[in-house]
Amino acid sequence: MASSAVVTANQLIIMAELKLFRTWSSRFSLRVVWALDLKGIQYDTIFEDLSNKSSLLLQYNPVYKKVPVLVHNGKPLLESLVILEYIDETWKQTPLLPEDPSERAMARFWAKFGDDKVLPSIWNVFIKQGKDQEEAIVTAQENLGCVERQLTGKKFFNGETIGLVDLAFGWLANLLSVFEEVCGVTLIDLEKFPLLLEWIQNFADAPIIKESWPPRDKLITKYQALHEVYTSKEAPK
Amino acid sequence: MAEETVKLLGYWASPFALRVKWALKLKGIQYQYVEEDLPNKSPMLLQYNPVHKKVPVLVHDDKPLAESLIILEYIDEVWKQNPLLPIDPYERAKARFWAKFAEDKCGPAVMAAFSKKGEEKEKAAKEARENLKTLESGLEGKRFFGGETIGFVDIAAGWIGCWAQMTGEIIGIKLIDAETMPLLDAWFKDFLEVPFIKECMPPQDKLLEHNREFHKILTAAST
Repeated sequence: MASSAVVTANQLIIMAELKLFRTWSSRFSLRVVWALDLKGIQYDTIFEDLSNKSSLLLQYNPVYKKVPVLVHNGKPLLESLVILEYIDETWKQTPLLPEDPSERAMARFWAKFGDDKVLPSIWNVFIKQGKDQEEAIVTAQENLGCVERQLTGKKFFNGETIGLVDLAFGWLANLLSVFEEVCGVTLIDLEKFPLLLEWIQNFADAPIIKESWPPRDKLITKYQALHEVYTSKEAPK
Repeated sequence: MAEETVKLLGYWASPFALRVKWALKLKGIQYQYVEEDLPNKSPMLLQYNPVHKKVPVLVHDDKPLAESLIILEYIDEVWKQNPLLPIDPYERAKARFWAKFAEDKCGPAVMAAFSKKGEEKEKAAKEARENLKTLESGLEGKRFFGGETIGFVDIAAGWIGCWAQMTGEIIGIKLIDAETMPLLDAWFKDFLEVPFIKECMPPQDKLLEHNREFHKILTAAST
């Protein structure tokens, strides 16, 4: 956790009780880790085993029973993008969202597009085979094309510094290559997605961000096992 | 003059466009309304929302915004009167959570019950009722999600009551009832009686007929 940001006495009081429930690999939990670390906020981490959820997790998130859950002074915050907005409103240093309302709306739009369209379409490529997979690749690349265009003239989606949309798309910087390796498909190539590839490099290597990546070999093992489950269910085409 | 700077592209039967109409009405914002003929989307709509090509689109000072819940937050940030979201960050987070829950779990479940047949329909209806029961817990015993007055979640989820009622009539399965969800049932009724909410609603008989036709098309298409 970063300690380089200057913390005021008031912030120390607000930080008093801050706990993050997460797993080692959860891409949504990682967004919250980054947001807290970028703002220099101290917190306790509780690692959950999702096959054996703690009673605390079930108590804090009875609706979804999922991570991440951020508990601030006993009050649970749920849903990673909602948590990010809460963090940004509570701790004003290193803002994640711009000030201008229309720019904020655009940031929310692209974060939502990432979760609603990009992520599921890439997951589809990962779990499907044959002709279904070919169709899934077309859809995924169309969605990635929309994202690529958002990087025109910018280092990060937020401009010169990392913001909400960068954190929302963060999983692209580590998980995408894991998916590509496990299922043997290259989705993002230099010809079609030069800006996205550059963003991936910049984001993956950024201070604070790079300190939290889960171990790649462990991710490969995890997703290899998942891939086998999904592709063995499919009838051969 | 003010009317020219705010434009809403919508469709009369779209619950998502309705949300934006409600928010604009609540805040007393003048705007120009453009009715889209959805089977024949206008070049303007395609230009303003190239990613999703859907309504609603709010255009403010020539800047187009899409996705109704995001438009609601924008409206709330630009026009401060009659706020939709509370001031306290934790209360705001709760509101965003329940709006998202209604959006991700309740709306689609009602739509699934509406568009499927036989066993799939029964299963979808059961899921819709369960999710609506969960939504009820978000009320925390209050009259509206916003407390004594309409707020963000009320506007985000309010359409579901009306559509769930119509769906129930069309498919013959009740999705909301006073017995199992007394608070939610009371909330939907109270919500639909609020004057500015009522004023923006499309004519009920026309909407029911429209949805009956839509149901026929969807269930003919599904195997």
